Amino acid sequence: MLAESLFVMLGTLSVIGALGMLIARNPVSSALWLILTLFCVAGLYLTLSAEFIAVVQVLVYAGAIMVLFLFVIMLLNLGTMPTMKGVGWKKAVGFVLCVVVLTQLVLIGATGLDLLPATEVVDVANAGSATTIAKSLFTRYALAFEVIGILLLVATIGAVMLAKRRFA
Amino acid sequence: MDLAGAYEGILFDVAGGFTLLLLMTAGVVCIVWDIFSNDDPVLPVLAAMTCVVAAGWEVRGLDAGSSTAFYDLIRAYGLTSYINITLLISALVSIVLSVPYLNRIRRGYGEVYALILFATAGAVMLASANSLVTVFVGLETMSIALYILVGLVRQGGGGIESALKYFLLGAFSTGFFLYGIALLYGATGTMILPDLAAGFEARGSMMLLFWAGVALFLVGFLFKVSAVPFHMWTPDVYQGAPTPLTGYMSTASKAAAFAALILVLYYGLGDLAATKWQTALAVVALVTMVGGNIFALVQNNVKRMLAYSSVAHAGYVLVALVAGTGEGYAGAAYYLLIYSFMNLGAFGVMALLEWDQKEGSEQTIDSLSGVGLRKPILGVVMTVFMFSLIGFPPFGGFFGKIAVFAPAIEAGFTWLVIVGVLASALSGYYYLRVLYVFWMRPQSWSAPQVQAHKFPVPSLSAAVLVACAVVLTVIGFVPVVRDLPMVYFDVAFTGGTP
Amino acid sequence: MDVPLWLLAIIAFGVINFMLISASVLVYAERKVSAYMQNRPGPNRVGPAGFLQPFADVFKLMFKEDVAPRAASPFVHSLAPVIMVVIAMTVPAMIPFARGVVIVDNSVTVLIILALTSVSVYGVTMAGWSSNSKFSLLGGLRSSAQMISYELSMGLAVASVVLLAGSLSVVEIVEDQSVGGAVLGWNVFRNPLGALIFVITAFAETNRAPFDLPEAEQELVGGYHTEYSGMKFGMFFLAEYVNWFVASFVIVTLFFGGYLLPFEPQILAAYPGLEGSVGLGLLQALCLLVKVGFFVFLFLWVRWTLPRFKYNQLMEIGWKVMLPAALVNVLLIAIAVAVFMG
Repeated sequence: MLAESLFVMLGTLSVIGALGMLIARNPVSSALWLILTLFCVAGLYLTLSAEFIAVVQVLVYAGAIMVLFLFVIMLLNLGTMPTMKGVGWKKAVGFVLCVVVLTQLVLIGATGLDLLPATEVVDVANAGSATTIAKSLFTRYALAFEVIGILLLVATIGAVMLAKRRFA
Repeated sequence: MDLAGAYEGILFDVAGGFTLLLLMTAGVVCIVWDIFSNDDPVLPVLAAMTCVVAAGWEVRGLDAGSSTAFYDLIRAYGLTSYINITLLISALVSIVLSVPYLNRIRRGYGEVYALILFATAGAVMLASANSLVTVFVGLETMSIALYILVGLVRQGGGGIESALKYFLLGAFSTGFFLYGIALLYGATGTMILPDLAAGFEARGSMMLLFWAGVALFLVGFLFKVSAVPFHMWTPDVYQGAPTPLTGYMSTASKAAAFAALILVLYYGLGDLAATKWQTALAVVALVTMVGGNIFALVQNNVKRMLAYSSVAHAGYVLVALVAGTGEGYAGAAYYLLIYSFMNLGAFGVMALLEWDQKEGSEQTIDSLSGVGLRKPILGVVMTVFMFSLIGFPPFGGFFGKIAVFAPAIEAGFTWLVIVGVLASALSGYYYLRVLYVFWMRPQSWSAPQVQAHKFPVPSLSAAVLVACAVVLTVIGFVPVVRDLPMVYFDVAFTGGTP
Repeated sequence: MDVPLWLLAIIAFGVINFMLISASVLVYAERKVSAYMQNRPGPNRVGPAGFLQPFADVFKLMFKEDVAPRAASPFVHSLAPVIMVVIAMTVPAMIPFARGVVIVDNSVTVLIILALTSVSVYGVTMAGWSSNSKFSLLGGLRSSAQMISYELSMGLAVASVVLLAGSLSVVEIVEDQSVGGAVLGWNVFRNPLGALIFVITAFAETNRAPFDLPEAEQELVGGYHTEYSGMKFGMFFLAEYVNWFVASFVIVTLFFGGYLLPFEPQILAAYPGLEGSVGLGLLQALCLLVKVGFFVFLFLWVRWTLPRFKYNQLMEIGWKVMLPAALVNVLLIAIAVAVFMG
């Protein structure tokens, strides 16, 4: 029950964050909304008791990637995009109603055609622990892991080469 | 999981992934070498030797039955070897052609050759995929290396434009692709391609998830092979990239993506694909062939023309995939091999005929008037490549087209094949136009920039181009090359697992 | 150990208040120590020997008018100091104060500490951006660049500790340092390079001198908090001192045996009655505080002795010295673990 209510809360928040990121007119605000979404997704991992993944999500996405994003955005000093004009509350309410009706229609259609996936409970008690992940990373996915190492090397070479090479 | 046992298993699998591991190791060696001896001329030699050794290894694997390695992550031998040889030849030819070209435009960096090796490693991984993870990792490794290679020349503006376009659109398509993989995994509970169908059946009521996943997945693939609704990037990217590397991009990355698509269709979707996705692929094949050829008609720049022609050729290969039979897949593999020779050759010739200082991106076809008379070697090999691209009988392209069109007729897609043949007839116009300008126009070598550069043809490049032309001339008469991929799909030989 | 929730809540409440009080004590300590280092008396008017000075400061801040720039982004401007304080106050939850006395104990607490550290940069960055002032923005930019550069080395230093302990749990890392009996099991002796790297990066991550470029007074007025006043500024102030305190806790916990008493097995052998008693717990907490006290002093010592780095020096140290050293250290530790413990 706790997990379900947490899921609903975090899910809603992350969708709000994603929408906020799209709607925000200022790049920095967009990035901040995205950070909210990333945190909520980390929380969703927690409800699946995948602690390791959750923390790594925060560490890598929120802690490193988004900091760099913010850094670059702030460095570029991008201006604010023009705000949308003339969106009155009537239009907003209409839009929300449309979305609700569309969702209902899609849901009814999907249920009627038996397209929706059945909900299922997966045992994830140990799936998210660091040990499990490390073991499958270094055995089952060893090759992919190594090639990803090459991928990162290529990206690094590319960044250095494109940025630093003095072109004659 | 027993770790010690696992490592023994991995050591045992090294033979299966030898090409991939060799390419990665050689790439790292190149990079480290480049640190200590910047832009050493030995590097391209090392890279080329690596390709030769790896190709030699793969020739050994041609006759072996297909098997999987590294916990079912990749396939080895059999069809995979065949495709890998195509990729390695493409890399080898590109490296040899790149050396004089990049030195001429003063971009002869050591990193380039390491990046080509890494891109080839990604392509090999993609082409030997047996798991969605492998498909994704291989595709990304290949793509990122290519983004960098495309952006190698960046002061003119064209290089930046093409690199950025390629990168942004490629990143988008990767997003689709990854989302598709996630949905497929959700619908089937497995990443291993041959288990997809079974997993889908076992889970039941995952229709929406599964087919949405397949659709997104295909979008990613169709982008990489530049099929028509997703082809917009192709001409701009090919136009701005360094020409020999364009040749590499148009052959290796396309061959690898098609190989992975074959593996996904054959193993992953199996009969599911034949029933549901034939029509969708058929439509894409149709618009790709027609669209590619029509757009190519109006191009005035040879690189752009070749880009659209490569779109059209992707359409021909798709026709073979639409058939959904073993012959079709084998025909596609055969066509990709021949197409690699033709396209590498055509771009290789163009690489030697650039005097606009912008990597040929602004050079009109008229500026090539009379080249055939001035440089007969280039003229003759270009003639072979153009006739082969049209699909004119004695050359490889003709046999390739038979190999892709015949299975489609057998599978009942005669209308598609008719369109394909008409489209290739159309393509004759723009290919022959190149030859007309080469041979029958008076020479226009008076332009000062042309006079200033004598544009010698390096003997090694000439040798490679001649070799490509010779191969194209004789390959149709060596039936074993054509029949080999068929063997892999022959149930009696492999038990149904190429 | 299954601690009831109410007890945890009480401990957490205690810890938060302890941190708050400590911050004011630290303010006093900083002012006094720096004064002695500069051969002047320091605060001596409010209370005995000026001890109540920090509390007077707090009251002053609380009654100050809260001024925000008109062009500032109001929500983010208010959020930034909150983030700083919340994150600074969250880290102590993962620190074991004595054997079995820890608020959060799961299998990835070390990573949580790292994640919180890396997220704390948002407070500075958001403050810098939302103030809409060039000094603040420069401070925010410098801070994010600095954090990113030093986080890598910090993470690698922590990774070497994790390799030694074979666990990502802070509690297990502390207990792992009890090998070898006396003090030789402490990670600073088993992993000296890692300890050095971690201490240096801890200075950088807390924006303390000589890594205080984000708030360099001489060039940036106040850096990221130039445009803050009143209690919002007070919160930055608080967060900075709590961060400093918490960083000392983390250093001690990961590298200096945490709550472990030096010569603990020998002491326990001499006084068997101590085993498992509250007395041992108190001793351990005291021991932890003594060790932390040393590092708190070290922070002050360094701050009032060393000049600030230039920006290019900062980047060079981070990327060309710390990172390679940290990588080599991880490699060496991994080999050592494989050879001696595998």
